Amino acid sequence: MNTHISLPAKNGSSLELKNPIMSASGTFGYGTEFMPYGDVSKLGAIIVKGLSLKPRAGNPLPRIAETPCGMLNAVGLQNDGVEAFIKHKLPALPTHEVPVIANIYATCAEDFGELAGILSKEGRVAALEVNISCPNVKAGGVLFGQDPLMASSIVEAVKKNAGKLPVIIKLSPNVTNIAEMAKAVEVAGADMVSCINTITGMAVDIRTRKPLLANIVGGLSGPAVKPVALRCVWQVAQAVKIPVIGIGGIRSAKDVLEFILVGASAVEIGTASFTDPTAIFRIIQDLPGVCEELGIKNLEEYRNTLITG
Amino acid sequence: MKNTPIMPTRTELTVTDLVPFGSIGDKKFFALTLSRPQWANWRPGQFIMLRPSSWNSELTWARPFSICRVTNQSLVLFFQVVGRGTEQLAQLKPKDKVVVWGPLGTYFTMENKPTLLLAGGIGIAPFAGYVEAFHMQNKLSMFFSHRLPEQYYPVESLRRHIDLESNFEQNEADLKVTLDIIYKKMKFMAEGGGVVLACGPMPFLKTIWKNALELKVPTQLSLEQRMACGIGACLGCVSTTSDLYPDKEKAGLPVQTCTKGPVFWAHELNLDA
Repeated sequence: MNTHISLPAKNGSSLELKNPIMSASGTFGYGTEFMPYGDVSKLGAIIVKGLSLKPRAGNPLPRIAETPCGMLNAVGLQNDGVEAFIKHKLPALPTHEVPVIANIYATCAEDFGELAGILSKEGRVAALEVNISCPNVKAGGVLFGQDPLMASSIVEAVKKNAGKLPVIIKLSPNVTNIAEMAKAVEVAGADMVSCINTITGMAVDIRTRKPLLANIVGGLSGPAVKPVALRCVWQVAQAVKIPVIGIGGIRSAKDVLEFILVGASAVEIGTASFTDPTAIFRIIQDLPGVCEELGIKNLEEYRNTLITG
Repeated sequence: MKNTPIMPTRTELTVTDLVPFGSIGDKKFFALTLSRPQWANWRPGQFIMLRPSSWNSELTWARPFSICRVTNQSLVLFFQVVGRGTEQLAQLKPKDKVVVWGPLGTYFTMENKPTLLLAGGIGIAPFAGYVEAFHMQNKLSMFFSHRLPEQYYPVESLRRHIDLESNFEQNEADLKVTLDIIYKKMKFMAEGGGVVLACGPMPFLKTIWKNALELKVPTQLSLEQRMACGIGACLGCVSTTSDLYPDKEKAGLPVQTCTKGPVFWAHELNLDA
């Protein structure tokens, strides 16, 4: 079965994926970390760890905590900065065989625009995913993703500088109405949206009376968030015409189909890559067989066919 | 020592044995024996990530363990029951399957110099393999501090090969004895041109780190941090480097303990950060 997916961008170009399965930013390093465990060129796309203009040290430890069917993280976007990425990380990736998508983070619209400009001049990057939904940073982060006007201003700044690169806006579930946010960024010029980023949460120790994260609160991910993610993807897919990329607790090819059924054109695999570094390769391998089992001949035809009435 | 890259693999192994140490009270310390992975090579100080194949999504992560020993037939690990995951590992039975990825991370140096091994509690694990591999050098000595009776730990097999002194810490006075012994032994290494290798809990390592900087004795520390992936992706296990870290772009910044460590030179770390 052919699992090829084409994600159209607004300027007539498109993001071509050999399958709908991408790595979620922050769970797949810069791609090279997973090379001992599988052929990364088999992925639909590699979305790398979030990049900022300057290197960021991130939050104090503990930054991660295991919770039932999931985990909390408050890494705080530790990264080497965009220049180090272009100099040291990008050359190690098979960019001619698999689209590499840069996830970007900044604390103001101007810096978002500057990042987009730098990466658009870098021929080896296939698209941008804009993080307006990180719950673990003090400046910007999820605040941008909770205010339609602020989100729109960032979309506009990125689009103005992104050249031909398709722009994906990564949405936060920590909002009252995610469909409204999706519509706002669509109007502002986003080519696609991805959802969900992590859900804010916390975990505590009743003996020590301390939070399990130094940051006190963090972002929840893993199978625990999948029902929330499905609901968000479904609501967003009803609200916008641009492609929706589903993220949240996917562990199997069947989970991938759940997201496609509610309207996702493609998906990202996140926490499952921590549980087992071969998870994403296994899901890619399993998908055609599971489709065959269910009589699904074409993923685009199956997409958004949830029977609700 | 040659810094040959060691390529990790992910494989499913079979449990062949699980033996508790000690005989009184709760069984908290175990030696877990697995079928031998097809590794081309490995070095003492490296670790693996382990997750029983039967685990469902309730537990999200695999668990990191120092490689204790690799024989012709098996891979041996020591672990202490500290939480939900290790409680379940203590229930493993022969023939159970576990997913293992490794060998991971950096390893202890082997130099033709007097070498002092400092182990705190379950931190003794990587030294079992180290002593087995390198005791013929005949320059190894070890000091082991522990808070449970000695029979809880795999000490006997080490005593067969090297001079091993230990201190059973039951109160503050015992802890002071441990700290004094560590300082004196490190000073002796500093004066004799030796090296120090240490593994144990963070307060123990921090003491050794301070001594190492003060006495200027080459010292390696094997750090333990909470890890999700073990391969450098989750950024949950970072340790902060000092200005002397050889990768200048990372000097003074957090680096992954799983891939840049777990074994670091003491002077390249800033444990006060």
